[in-house]
This record gives sequence, C-alpha cells and structure tokens, in this order.
Amino acid sequence: MNLTLKIWRQKDSNAKGQMVDYKVTEISEHMSFLEMMDVLNEQLIASGEDPVAFDHDCREGICGMCSMYINGEAHGPDRGVTTCQLHMRMFKDGDTITIEPFRAGAFPVVKDLAVDRSAFDRIQHAGGYISVNTSGNTQDANAIPIPKHDADLAMDAATCIGCGACVATCKNSSAMLFVGAKVSQYALLPQGQVEAADRVKNMVAQMDLEGFGNCTNTGACEVECPKGISLDNIARMNRELMKASV
Amino acid sequence: MAGFFKSSIGRKVAMALSAFFLMFFLLQHLAINLLSLFSADTFNEVSHFMGTNPIVQFVLQPVLIFAVVFHFVMGFVLELKNKKANGVSYAQNNGAANSSWVSRNMIYSGLVILAFIVLHFIDFWFPEINTKYIVGDMSGMHDGGFRYYHELVEKFHNPIRVLAYVISFVLLGLHLAHGFTSAFQSVGSSAGRKQTLQTIGKAYSILIPLGFIIVAVFHFLTHK
Repeated sequence: MNLTLKIWRQKDSNAKGQMVDYKVTEISEHMSFLEMMDVLNEQLIASGEDPVAFDHDCREGICGMCSMYINGEAHGPDRGVTTCQLHMRMFKDGDTITIEPFRAGAFPVVKDLAVDRSAFDRIQHAGGYISVNTSGNTQDANAIPIPKHDADLAMDAATCIGCGACVATCKNSSAMLFVGAKVSQYALLPQGQVEAADRVKNMVAQMDLEGFGNCTNTGACEVECPKGISLDNIARMNRELMKASV
Repeated sequence: MAGFFKSSIGRKVAMALSAFFLMFFLLQHLAINLLSLFSADTFNEVSHFMGTNPIVQFVLQPVLIFAVVFHFVMGFVLELKNKKANGVSYAQNNGAANSSWVSRNMIYSGLVILAFIVLHFIDFWFPEINTKYIVGDMSGMHDGGFRYYHELVEKFHNPIRVLAYVISFVLLGLHLAHGFTSAFQSVGSSAGRKQTLQTIGKAYSILIPLGFIIVAVFHFLTHK
C-alpha cells in the first residue's frame, strides 16, 4: 500500500517543531508500524535527509519504549497493543496517517517522536519497590499464602509497562493510571504492606511534583492502555492514600 | 491530613464529597418542587418551613452555599492545573475513540450550570433574602395568603426563562451523567463502575433534570 505520513519533526528539545509530509510506497500490510517507519527512515537516509527519531527496543510489546500518537490515539487505532504490535493491515491504501509524539508537559520532546519519560522513573524511585534483603536467605515465596483473587489483581496491575500511553491520552495529562497500577501491585500483596503508607504518599507527591494533571475519570487511559490496566487501580490508589493520610 | 487535601488526589476527593452533598440537595429540592404540581397549600407550607426554620436557614444553607462555591472554585482550579499539565496540543486527537463527550467537557456543562445558578439566584434567592432579612418580613404572607406558590407560578410565565431553565437542566443532566459515577471513583470506590451504580447514576441523571423540567413547563402551560 501507498501512504502519506504527516510526522512531527523537531530537531531537539528546544527547537520549534512542525508537521512534515512524507510518502511511503509498497508497504506490506503484514509489516508492523515500526517496520513501516524503518522503511521511511531508510528512504530518508538514502536521500541524505535526517531520519525520524522514535523510541523502540524489544518490538514485542513488553519494554514500553515505543510510543507515538497515531491518528489521534496513543499506539494507534488498535486495542491492547503497543506501536510495535500495531500492524499496517489496520490502515488502507491511500490513507494519510498523522504521527505525533506523546504529548504532556512532563514528557518533553527529545527529538521528533522521542519523548523523555524519565518522570515515570522518578515516581518509581519514590516508592515503587519493596525493601527486601536478597542476600541469599530470603523467605520462600510459596510460604506466604496469598488469595488467588489478590494475586491475579496484583499481577494484572504489574503488567503495566510504563509506556505512558495513559498520560498521552488523558486530556489532563494525568499519570494516575500508571501510579495506580504501581501502587496496586504492592498494595495487594503482603510483601507490600510494610511500606504501603510511605509508598503511596511518596509516589503521589512525586507525581504531583513532576507536573502531571489530575484524573477526571474519563476512562480514556484504560481504553488506550496496551496492557488493559483497569481504572479500578486508580480507585485503589485513592483509597490507599486516604488510608495512609488519616 | 492537611497534606492530603493539598495533593492532587485529595482535591479530587474534596470535589467528590461536595458533589455528593450537592446531589443530595438536588434530590431534596426536586422533591419540594414536585409538591407544587399537586398541592399549592402543601408546597406553601413546606416552603415556609424551609425558609424560616433556623437549622435549614443558618446551618444547612451556609453549608450548601459553601459546597456550591467550593465545587465551582475547585473545578476551575483543577481545570487550570490540568491545562497547565498539557504540553503542545495534538494536531489530531481522537477523544471520541476512548471517552464520552460529557466526561471530557465537564467544565462547559459546569459553566452553564453556574450561569443558571446566577439567574436562579436573581429570580428567587435574592428576593427571598431581601424580603426576610433586609425588609424583615418573616411572615411568608402576601395579600392574605402564603406567597411562595404565587411567586413560583409568576416566574414561569415568561417563556424565555422557561427555555433557559430547560436548557440548563439538560446540561445538568449531562454533567450528572458523568459526575454521579465519577464521584464514587474519586473517593476510592469501584462501585461507580459496577452495573448497579451505573444504572442508578443513569436514572438519577435523567430523572432529576426531567423532574425540574416538568415543574417549569407545567406551570408555564397551566397558568396563562
């Protein structure tokens, strides 16, 4: 298929960016979106132009690196997939595709479609862990009974790959789905209880400090999340913070 | 605890708590308004009670005014903060793909409701406060009978006012359609996402505005 791409080009974080049109031809419907971008970049390099910078790593939907706001949606029009898992069969020959970086004040553009999501790392550093001595005498995990229901919910929360689609999608650039998932995965398990109060307080404080907006429960994040993280995690985070604050 | 209400989540919780109070108030207000459809005398008596009872006047009324002002001010504060959190606007943003129009535009339905409250205060509340606390007439009487039903009917003679009220109530319904269940989510309950509360929320957001519309239109049509 032949496509017209409207891509955000921005030289560096300080430069003023703009949308630039490109044409790509003979794109296979079996290609992933990133492979299509590779074809474009090879084309640009061959003609001596600067290739489009975009984030990617594992290309199998696990690492959370690939981003892109495609035709007005984070990771494009498909559901439950990252951009690397988005296939060109979702588009038609002759389509014009708009490709923009994830937008949020807390996610500044580094170059073109690559944004700095280290605000998420700093939120994780504020409390997204448990302090366990792993020097060789850790307790057997199977010795700690955990209800199946809780284990499943914790596992669901832990599937968050921190890609930032929730922030990019949210009209308020809120990071609450991400933080809610990270708080929940520990709040649901006995290992997370010891530091539960400090964890939620510190992570929420860091989230606010990074300049993310406030959740207004539109539910857009949940729909666009490649891992299907539930809005229930935000409610749980709210409960955890209330519990920690009284 | 003070730190909690300064946090983003604390503000949402405060927003939801004021919303719960306001939603309870709407129910109470509508119940009294509906009396006017059936009995002018009962409506007059209940209105007189609400207008002169010291607990209603000096405890509930200030709480209500605080809740209204707080809900609006916090709504604006959060809207501005959220706008500030946005980066550059998207060239193309397909919000309809993942969320409802009402959930994305609470500020606009809220602004219409604010404009309505100003009109409503000019229509009823300011004259009421003036009569009772400035003129000092606590009797609730006019021309040998209670004045409340008469005042209500008189106001809804004007078709433009009735239209403005109806439009405002439709916007109130849209605001509630998202707000009802959203408030539960904000206070940390997932109940708002369960089928039962979704249904109650839908019914509430349709029936409450519809009730107010019926009262306005009824008096417009039946008293020429």
